[in-house]
Amino acid sequence: MTTILQPPQAELDHEPPQRQTGGPGGNFRNLAPAGGDLRAIADRSGEPTRTGIWVGLAAIAMTFAALTSALYVREGSGYADWTHIELPQILWFNTLALILGSITLERARHRVAAFMRNEEHDRSVPMFWLNATMALGLVFVVGQYLAWLRLRSEGLYLPTNPNSSFFYVLTGVHVIHVLGGLGGLSRAMFKFRSATHPLRRSTMDATSYYWHFMGVLWVYLMFILWLKL
Amino acid sequence: MSDHVAVHAAPTSFIRKYVFSLDHKIIGLQYYGLALVAVVTGMVLSWIMRVHLVWPNAPIPGLGFLSKTGAPGGVVTPEYYLQLMTMHGTLMVFFVLTNAPFAAFGNYFLPIQIGAEDMAFPRFNMMSFWTTFVAFCVLIAAFFVGDGPPLSGWTGYAPLSAVGGDAGPGQAVGQSLWGISIFIFCIASLLGSLNFIATTLDLRTKGMTLSRMPIVTWAWFITSCISLLAFAVLMPACLLLVLDRIAGTSFFIPAGLNVGDHIQPHQGGSPLLWQHLFWFFGHPEVYIAILPAIGIVSHILICNMRRNMLSHKVLIYCMMAIGFLSYMVWGHHMFLSGMNPFSALVFSFPTLMITIPATIMTLIWLGSLYGSNLRINSASLFCLGFISMFVSGGVSGFFLAQPSIDIYLHATYFVVGHFHMVMGVAAIMGVFAGTYFWFPKMTGRMMNETLGRWHFFLTLIGTYAIFMPFHYLGLAGNVRRYSAFQDDFLVPLIPVHKFITYAALFTGAAQLIFIFNLIYSRFKGAPATANPWECTSLEWSTPSSPPPFDNFGGQHPVVYHDPYQYGVKSSTGDYVMQTSPERVGETL
Repeated sequence: MTTILQPPQAELDHEPPQRQTGGPGGNFRNLAPAGGDLRAIADRSGEPTRTGIWVGLAAIAMTFAALTSALYVREGSGYADWTHIELPQILWFNTLALILGSITLERARHRVAAFMRNEEHDRSVPMFWLNATMALGLVFVVGQYLAWLRLRSEGLYLPTNPNSSFFYVLTGVHVIHVLGGLGGLSRAMFKFRSATHPLRRSTMDATSYYWHFMGVLWVYLMFILWLKL
Repeated sequence: MSDHVAVHAAPTSFIRKYVFSLDHKIIGLQYYGLALVAVVTGMVLSWIMRVHLVWPNAPIPGLGFLSKTGAPGGVVTPEYYLQLMTMHGTLMVFFVLTNAPFAAFGNYFLPIQIGAEDMAFPRFNMMSFWTTFVAFCVLIAAFFVGDGPPLSGWTGYAPLSAVGGDAGPGQAVGQSLWGISIFIFCIASLLGSLNFIATTLDLRTKGMTLSRMPIVTWAWFITSCISLLAFAVLMPACLLLVLDRIAGTSFFIPAGLNVGDHIQPHQGGSPLLWQHLFWFFGHPEVYIAILPAIGIVSHILICNMRRNMLSHKVLIYCMMAIGFLSYMVWGHHMFLSGMNPFSALVFSFPTLMITIPATIMTLIWLGSLYGSNLRINSASLFCLGFISMFVSGGVSGFFLAQPSIDIYLHATYFVVGHFHMVMGVAAIMGVFAGTYFWFPKMTGRMMNETLGRWHFFLTLIGTYAIFMPFHYLGLAGNVRRYSAFQDDFLVPLIPVHKFITYAALFTGAAQLIFIFNLIYSRFKGAPATANPWECTSLEWSTPSSPPPFDNFGGQHPVVYHDPYQYGVKSSTGDYVMQTSPERVGETL
């Protein structure tokens, strides 16, 4: 019974490399030579950075899902010490800062893409928007710290009651991830200005997806904090 | 081919080549070495435990130096027994079973099997190994601090693990080190899983569609998907545990708890919450331990049977089903936790469902082996041993899955026997099989076949001798995590324990054959040909053994076949390499 070989799905524009006889072990001469013209075989593989960021965001989402379920279980633990804390007003301002940061980052991303397509030749416009995003991110982080100080001034520390515990844990874990995002953003900005380590589109996209995710996550956390705490 | 891969230049300095290496092959070997150190440490701990159980007053040489309070004069105290047991479990589950079949072999061979030059993120890869190493150091440090390592078990149940030093020796600093170590391990695992997923999806070479990936590549990919979501839950759990311990929060500690004559200054927490969070991670974790071994064994068996499985696609679907269902069964560890009995039904049902894909896989293996003229070598023998242990150990799972039976068997040696046979033996047999199979590719030399066969038979007999009696002990009511058997119903079981201890020491000694074989063959083993097993997958088409720095010597392989073209007439014999454009001839 003869089995017919199934060729690769895309069109080859030349003969497959000649099979070279070798030892019974099969040998590396089966490989396509480095100079072989294989451009016609469609390379449908994605960018690892793009895949990687979605995978990473899935893990972060799972972490916050675990913390959310911990919150629900703790609320219903039966000891009835679940109370209510007033969310510091500055949180709303911080939320605005983060959302604005997403907007400025999108502007930056488009300007960077235009720069890479040679439609723009001036680095300063994208840099302005990148700097604006960085500034807004720092405003958010400082604002979160001020929110913590506000709670402390009301006598609400990490162990005071379960509501304050979850407030600090949720906002703390989120702000650690935001700091990571700021680190990624500064790395992207460094590369954008660098001649030796140029910025890739995928890196810029990954940085911005991460940032937007932090914004969406924060909106979700604000909702949970408002609803539950 | 992806020129967007972060291809790195070949390193020149010793540090860059062998220590802080970006090369996935070196990182894989580093993981293997770490797993080897961890497994030897874990085994020694188990020998101390076994000896203590049967000869409670016998001094263990050297132990008195390690812990003056835990083992005065070398005699293990009951608390120290639990401390040793906790470290045994933690080391084995995290640093051996998650590292060796998945991180070690996966890092080494996944990029090669898909035709890539390296992982998608080589620097993340290096970071993930060294982060694991730091986690290991933090954990081992627990032996040497204060009153020693924690005693709350590898499961670290709250409130015992959360209240601090009042709960016993090792519960002050030791438990905190445990929590921090596992937290760090989670970060390392997440980085590693991210790498595996991105690499598998994006760095496959031309012609390597997903359906042309070998089973073992699929196994690593599915494992990394499970691992990503599971460790992301354990991380916040460990964070909350450490906060309860050092920051005075009450996530897991209820009110009015009197521990060590102190009323604990906490209230309102839920010990059950820890169990939920932990086992939501913990059950997928055991499938993280077994799935790579399933993939390795299937891959090696196909090569040695010289024909494909009855359906290797169904094997892959079964692995996916197991991965998916593994997230729905965590409550079967909590049948006796005081949860609503109806929830026991809800968890029991998917637990029994998960036996279906496992059974299908077993039937496919057995059906494929039947009449296959399997080539017998150390690797294929360990594959057969894997199947044997997987069935023997898995069958007890059917019983434990039913709450009515589990009421009796929970926390007995029956459970201990179950998980040791599937994880502690079957998964390790998968690692042994992989070692014997891939050693020629990693080192260019063959392992000694005679020693390999002795290793196999002694291990198979030894592990059955150790763990089969556990089921009998469990049914007789022998409670687990006891350091001494003094109750009326336990004393008659001591002769069984004596037999098990002798078997454990014997089997442990038999592993010296493997260690010797590894080291001896590395330097003096018979030189291996390029493809000694006549296997078709891409790792056997590298230009040298070990493979060159970028795996394929500056070239990019092109794949023309699915991975299991065996039993066909070709110029190379009865198989066709994946990279061979040869048209396949008549089937033999």
